[in-house]
Amino acid sequence: MSWIDIGSLEDVPLRGARLVKTRLGCVAVFRTAEAEVFAASNACPHKGGPLVEGIVHGTRVTCPLHNWVFDLETGAAVGEDARIATYPVRVEAGRILIDGTALGRRSAA
Amino acid sequence: MGKQKLVVIGAGMASGRVLEHLTDAAPDAWDITLFNAEPRGNYNRIMLSPVLSGEKTYADIVTHDDAWYAARGIACRFGEHVTAIDREARTVTGQQGAVAYDKLLIATGSAPFIIPVPGKDLPGVITYRDLDDTEAMVAAAERGGTAVVIGGGLLGLEAAAGLRLRGMDVTVVHLMGHLMERQLDEAAGYLLKKDLEAKGITVLTRASTKAILGTDRAEAVLLEDGTTLPADLVVMAVGIRPETRLATAAGLRVARGIEVDAQMRSSDPDIHAVGECVEFDGHLFGLVAPLYDQAKVVADSLLGRENAFQVRDVATKLKVTGCDLFSAGDFRDGPGREDIVYRDPARGIYKRLVIEGDRLVGCVMYGDTADGSWFYGLIRDETDIEEMRETLIFGPAFQGGATADPLSAVAALPPEAEICGCNGVCKGTIVAAIEGGAGDLGAVRARTKASASCGTCTGLVEQLLQATLGEGYAAPAVQPVCGCTDHTHEDVRRLIKTMPLKSQEAVWQELGWSTRNGCHVCRPAINFYLLADWPLDYRDDPQSRFINERKHANIQKDGTFSVVPRMWGGITTPDELRAIADAADKYKVPTVKVTGGQRIDLLGVRGEDLPAIWADLNRAGLVSGHAYSKGLRTVKTCVGTDHCRFGTQDSTGLGIKLEKVLWGSWTPHKVKLAVSGCPRNCAEATCKDVGIVCVDSGYQVGVAGAAGMDVKETERLADVPTEQEAIDLTVAFIQLYRENAKYLDRPYKWVAKVGLDWVRARVVDDLEERARLIAAFELSQSIYRKDPWAEHAATRADSYAPLADLTLEAAE
Repeated sequence: MSWIDIGSLEDVPLRGARLVKTRLGCVAVFRTAEAEVFAASNACPHKGGPLVEGIVHGTRVTCPLHNWVFDLETGAAVGEDARIATYPVRVEAGRILIDGTALGRRSAA
Repeated sequence: MGKQKLVVIGAGMASGRVLEHLTDAAPDAWDITLFNAEPRGNYNRIMLSPVLSGEKTYADIVTHDDAWYAARGIACRFGEHVTAIDREARTVTGQQGAVAYDKLLIATGSAPFIIPVPGKDLPGVITYRDLDDTEAMVAAAERGGTAVVIGGGLLGLEAAAGLRLRGMDVTVVHLMGHLMERQLDEAAGYLLKKDLEAKGITVLTRASTKAILGTDRAEAVLLEDGTTLPADLVVMAVGIRPETRLATAAGLRVARGIEVDAQMRSSDPDIHAVGECVEFDGHLFGLVAPLYDQAKVVADSLLGRENAFQVRDVATKLKVTGCDLFSAGDFRDGPGREDIVYRDPARGIYKRLVIEGDRLVGCVMYGDTADGSWFYGLIRDETDIEEMRETLIFGPAFQGGATADPLSAVAALPPEAEICGCNGVCKGTIVAAIEGGAGDLGAVRARTKASASCGTCTGLVEQLLQATLGEGYAAPAVQPVCGCTDHTHEDVRRLIKTMPLKSQEAVWQELGWSTRNGCHVCRPAINFYLLADWPLDYRDDPQSRFINERKHANIQKDGTFSVVPRMWGGITTPDELRAIADAADKYKVPTVKVTGGQRIDLLGVRGEDLPAIWADLNRAGLVSGHAYSKGLRTVKTCVGTDHCRFGTQDSTGLGIKLEKVLWGSWTPHKVKLAVSGCPRNCAEATCKDVGIVCVDSGYQVGVAGAAGMDVKETERLADVPTEQEAIDLTVAFIQLYRENAKYLDRPYKWVAKVGLDWVRARVVDDLEERARLIAAFELSQSIYRKDPWAEHAATRADSYAPLADLTLEAAE
């Protein structure tokens, strides 16, 4: 794994999300609790809705376009046969780190 | 082998229990002599307070009477002081002579602590320890006058309460900052003081006694600060200490109390000690539960059985005549300790739990101590409370996670909580009606008028029926807000007002939400209800808003946004139009459209450009049109008397005034207005949420129109002669809608539920209520009547850009 510092925890609103641009496309970084973050593909598999703009509740996000709900721990859509890619992310000393290797591996696939 | 000789010094509750165990287990094994300095046997000392207050007599509280001692062959030497213990000769010497022992039990109890101030020995200064003290207080109270109680601990407060009940003027003087500082924290001490003061007792804290004044008897108490308190009676109740003089004189090991081992043996193995006079492992004992534990150990030890005394954490459930208090465990602040606090100022209830890690370590309660023993159990058993931490403070009735009883919030309401706001009916009245035979909704309505007006409290009344009648009442199925709760929108709104609940956390906890922080269905609704009802206590939470309201722009299907600046009443200027055109060029806006609300929509703006385009538009004086919000959208107007030959009033001017008053406000759903200058109605006012049609005689104010999924003509709220009244009715109507409607109900849907008559009664007929609604709206607008674009462009522009751009970094 290669951890990349993508910003301060404070920059992501609590129960909110921010976008990270990668070569694979946009990744949304969600902050579900004080020091709990998740990273997943930004695009809803339904109609491509920007998940970064969804309402974050518990460890889930609701797509702003048509209310599909995704579990951020697994990437699985609730009640739909669909899934979004998730990426390892962690918080260290108030900074958010994302796994660059995981981002790279997908590009190779 | 003949009988062994047991001598007991002191006939208190601890030694009394030893004698019971011993004579029950081995009736003929011991030859027992019992000394007592008081001229009587064992009585229930805890019950001295009721004797003082007159609720009980001495006869009521006797534990062992003469017949009991006689039946067990115990030689009683009551009223006789023991003067010495001779361990060599193994004798105890009383005033009437010596008696030999094989085993000796010292149970001398405790002595009141006397503060060493001048005048402490004057007649009229008494302690509060035994029946003689109690009788002295009763006698003094019969003469009336004033009493000063020195000491605000349990005993002192009991004395004060008793003397007050017997008609004396009572002042409590307490050295510390709050009453009962060993059992209560500051908040509970404050409530106790308030309750005692309500009973007519004066309480002085941080008050130090300097002297007791008087020539041949106590006349006054002088405090360090110079205050003189007149006193016919002075009760000294500053504390007790173990009575150890005999033990010390006999050469036993004594620290603060007589030191004993786990078998309650003193440093002389033939001498046991029990009760308040002992010290075990550094502990002293004052409550009855450990004394009874000790008594069992002493009896077993004398009988040659194995047993060992253990110090248990003991809960203190105290009753200071009429005040309910409870404390258990350790409730001091400390590193790594967390508090959970619940306060209900209206009911005088305070509860505080102290948590260390995932264990409850302490608990203080005042006013409602019903759950005390449950909390005590959690402390004693060191139960892992992690799972129920969030609802722990609500007690056992509230536990069970997802299956939280939807009735519990209603059940927890005090009788004076208002259920029906329309008719001012409180819970107690409704429950009384149900208990009086009103067995269904119709009967409750007929008898109390509750839920008989707007009907939004129907769910709560049904819950009260269910809670009161139990299984006997089958509630109709209701539509809950979402899967996170069993409550309906109406119930949640009412409970937010009544309980009251002023934060999302309060709603989640008090109403038993099954999720951590709601979901995309309930959270926007709760966010709105909170900000509408508590504008000063609660602020709009962007993270509980759908994207359009969070970003103050409408998301389009390709992920871009539309930007609509406000054009007040549909009026614009060449400068504004130039600024809009420049912005459209600069940000390469693909589509520019004129909207149905008389303004211009810039469609296809990239999310990252929003703060910049807003800043550009702001510079030309343009602000957000809120084309995205559940709030005021537009006020459509025709040109009115300014230009139109048919116009009867200045419809454009009124439209602009209305828009300036209403803009920025959050509402349950979007709100659109129109003002037409004459009945030809060019502004199409008769299908708006509020539509005003100007006529020669004034203004026809219509409400609850629709021109969307449903098409519906407005209903006439009232005709008014002046422009100001038209504005007042509009504002009052919108505020009533804000306060009562279900989230995402447009006004026409809400009015259909509550009825136009109900609305008219409040907005038109009741001038006081109209004024209240207008004032409430203004209060809320003092916070929300501002341009969110300017604010976001200035302070939050960064949040519209990506957090990071990794496209330039090597992906390995």
